[in-house]
Amino acid sequence: MTPYEANPRAAEVEAFLARTPFAQKLGMRCDIRGDEMTAVLPFSKKLIGNFTIKALHGGAISSFLELTAMAQVFLVTDLARPPRPINLTIDYLRQGHAKDLYARAYITKMGRRMASVRAEAWQEEKSKPVTALMAHFMVGGD
Amino acid sequence: MSADLSDLEQRLTLMRENMKMMTKAVPWARDLGFEVTRIEKGRVWGSQPWDETLVGDPDTGVIHGGVITTLLDNLCGMSCSAILPDFRFVATLDLRIDYMRPADKGRAIIGEAECYHTTRTVCFTRAWAYHETRDKVIATAAGAFAINQPRPADKLESLA
Repeated sequence: MTPYEANPRAAEVEAFLARTPFAQKLGMRCDIRGDEMTAVLPFSKKLIGNFTIKALHGGAISSFLELTAMAQVFLVTDLARPPRPINLTIDYLRQGHAKDLYARAYITKMGRRMASVRAEAWQEEKSKPVTALMAHFMVGGD
Repeated sequence: MSADLSDLEQRLTLMRENMKMMTKAVPWARDLGFEVTRIEKGRVWGSQPWDETLVGDPDTGVIHGGVITTLLDNLCGMSCSAILPDFRFVATLDLRIDYMRPADKGRAIIGEAECYHTTRTVCFTRAWAYHETRDKVIATAAGAFAINQPRPADKLESLA
């Protein structure tokens, strides 16, 4: 069974990422299994923020996490368009090294108008997140 | 002549002389294409031009929020360098962004950051993103930055 049969929204999430220029610029992909999605940000030199310590730019990581959270909400709702972000808080926990980055988003609360979402990005070990994000999105009634 | 980076006034002068370099040396900032445009004590301004590749909503042409996050994060960090009595590297601890209204398609976004308080270990900053004035903001940010303690490798001459 393909992921598409498990969740017909998967194709829409992939189409959204494919037609969003900024997601393409970042170079992010996603792996969807049913209602679970792991986003992948393959390492690229342009994502570096500090040459000396070869660290990923915090802005690149948070952009990736924001898109991951947005895509997760889009995946589990029947919204016609991706949700609009209201605000977000980013917690930079560890340095992002010059390697691939992965992320997952979890919906804490899905309301009628707003959704509360958290997301985490990691590299070698999922239990040692590089960056955490908390965000609110408009999901209807605006 | 190499500037004394432990002197704030000299450091500000050096930063102003190298405004273009400040983002050119940061790959992700250079890739997005923003520049630092003005530096005062504890305050830094920058400009992010609109570009097709930065669009987050293909239906409206609005720039993705991540671009604004990168701009404000970077400017906040620089505002710390523009006020600390000694030259130190800072690292973002956390950053909060509130999106007030979408940016207009085709227009540059101005970012303004201010470091309004420092302790021995932490810098507190806030920032605004807008097209014209702060009265009509696109987004606001608040961030805390950890001040890295100097290491032997941080020789001032190698940075000047």
